[in-house]
Amino acid sequence: MNERAAPLLEVSDLKVHFSSRGSSVWSSNNGAIRAVDGVSLTLRRGETLGLVGESGCGKSTLGRAVLGLVDATAGTVRFDGHEITAMTRREVQRLRPRIQLVFQDAGAALNPRWRARDLVAEPFEIHSHLEGGELHQRVDAMFETVGLDPALGGRLPRELSGGQKQRVGIARALALEPDLLVCDEPTSALDLSIQAQIINLLQDLQEQLGLSYLFIAHDLGVVRQISDRVAVMYLGKIVEVASRDRLFEQGRHPYTQALLSAVPLADPEHANIHGSKGAGGEVPSPSSPPLGCNFCTRCESKREVAHRLNIDCDVTEPELVTVGHSHEVSCHLFQPVG
Amino acid sequence: MRHVLPTGHHTSEAATLLEVRGLHVEFLTPEGVVHAVNGVDFDVASGESLAIVGESGSGKTVAAMALVGLVPAPPARVRAQRAVLNGLDLLALDGAELSEVRGARIGFVFQDPLSALNPVLTIGRQIGEVIERHLEFSGGEAKRRAVDWLVRVGIADAQDVANSFPHQLSGGMRQRAMIAMALAGEPELLIADEPTTALDVTVQAQIVDLMLQLRDDLGMALIWISHDLGVVAGLADRVAVMYAGRIVESASVGDLYGQPAHPYTRGLISSVPDLRTERLSRLTTIPGGAPDPIALPPGCAYFPRCGLSELECQARLPMMESISSNHWIACAPAAKEIAATGDRES
Repeated sequence: MNERAAPLLEVSDLKVHFSSRGSSVWSSNNGAIRAVDGVSLTLRRGETLGLVGESGCGKSTLGRAVLGLVDATAGTVRFDGHEITAMTRREVQRLRPRIQLVFQDAGAALNPRWRARDLVAEPFEIHSHLEGGELHQRVDAMFETVGLDPALGGRLPRELSGGQKQRVGIARALALEPDLLVCDEPTSALDLSIQAQIINLLQDLQEQLGLSYLFIAHDLGVVRQISDRVAVMYLGKIVEVASRDRLFEQGRHPYTQALLSAVPLADPEHANIHGSKGAGGEVPSPSSPPLGCNFCTRCESKREVAHRLNIDCDVTEPELVTVGHSHEVSCHLFQPVG
Repeated sequence: MRHVLPTGHHTSEAATLLEVRGLHVEFLTPEGVVHAVNGVDFDVASGESLAIVGESGSGKTVAAMALVGLVPAPPARVRAQRAVLNGLDLLALDGAELSEVRGARIGFVFQDPLSALNPVLTIGRQIGEVIERHLEFSGGEAKRRAVDWLVRVGIADAQDVANSFPHQLSGGMRQRAMIAMALAGEPELLIADEPTTALDVTVQAQIVDLMLQLRDDLGMALIWISHDLGVVAGLADRVAVMYAGRIVESASVGDLYGQPAHPYTRGLISSVPDLRTERLSRLTTIPGGAPDPIALPPGCAYFPRCGLSELECQARLPMMESISSNHWIACAPAAKEIAATGDRES
């Protein structure tokens, strides 16, 4: 992979805030929910960037901003030279064939009255204006690409299994030969044995078609399986980003470590990979994040930072700094290298 | 480590708390009869943690809930040869009597506490009601005990939480409150149905730790229903794997993960993306999908997906057979293979 080539996707200091209704009466702050609060990241062609974090951390909102489905409050999203954040809805629509979405709940994203064949044919009809024999051929080929038996073409979504519905969803996303797929928890609603099938399919498709993935998930095992690089998000911010191996072997941010420690292993002899505890407490509300470091309410290193570095994590916000090759961490414990 | 406990396929010498034989649950639907649970046998010993593992639709939840009248009949049809809780024949009880068993002798923790808690009563009041009803403490004493339970489940500001309504609490706090409510009747058995599935992984780890600690403190038995092989590994003494309404393998937790024997269990365990593997390779998959519970095949339900199958598997329903002490599988070819290689203690 050529690291110096211009990235396919470049997100710079992106903020997406939502105003919450009735905030003047029910809450003391001015009420904006800071779903995404200053995120920068890049994605190269053919690369998979895993975006992990727990519920409410803003990872799905970030994905929707990349797709131009929510408006940015500040910052930019650039896709292959186009600034999505500066585009009108109509302009975003024209770019849509190149950036597609794979949903968590494939069933809910499919029209329940349409048969599988028609669902897969729809993008060809709308964007490529295909019909007749040519359309038929393309739909057949797409069924084959995603490993669906063409005999299932006559079925309605409710007559398909979860894995089959997700394959239809992927076929629809791939129909227009996109460059980038935003996959938002594509396997978390699936059974284990089916999850593995879908992950393998996504990896095969990437190899065949040169796709790039922004892969949003909370399951660290799945993210490790599929990602080249991984970004960890907490309460609207990226706290650490590194290559896959580096993150899983030398993840440094206290939150990354808590997250890795909390994953239970399918092994009765070993509770988790670190043999240590995860984090106590729970995530604060994104409408009133802490003043300083977002993780300070749950962090075990806070006292060390105060003692050793004389920094108060409660008030001073850390910056994302480079601590090694393509490895950035946002924690006062780590100083920039080089 | 806890001592090894007997498997669920013969009545044991150790104090059996719950004994279930030949449990069937069917649902009558317009599309046909859904065969959700098709002849399930298991035992739970006092103080034991049994995990029932399976994928969606395997019947794991329905099997546990049907025992105590939590599956509405109709449309369900529940029958069993035997379902005995510490000498009490559950099959002989009417609705009101079963409702008394729930709470007093069997506690429940569900996946979604918000749908299980009453939205218009405070947490303290709801826990207090359980105590008043099942333990015959009244008023002030019940209230005091409710707060005590909240402290025991690791809630620091228990008094404040007791005065809160469910919607005012975070997901983790709600699940702790639900656990307190399930335990407040001092049951002998706690049934937890995917209690951490809706929680974030850091909070899940907190709840699993709490459950382990409570189990040891209170000596209660636990049935933990889950699809998550990671959570189960850290929590169970014994594991029963369900597929298409039947138990296909039952073993101690060490044997199940160390020497899985049924082809389905093997496939399932190897489809888990492991955080420790040094070189990442392609995930192992199980081809195909689960069978339609309305039209189950006459033989082994796993036959169409199985790499080990023989022709007769298609026609003959596999029986549970012992492959080593406390390790049972319902797969004739695998049992034959294991007997031939003789690599396990008998």
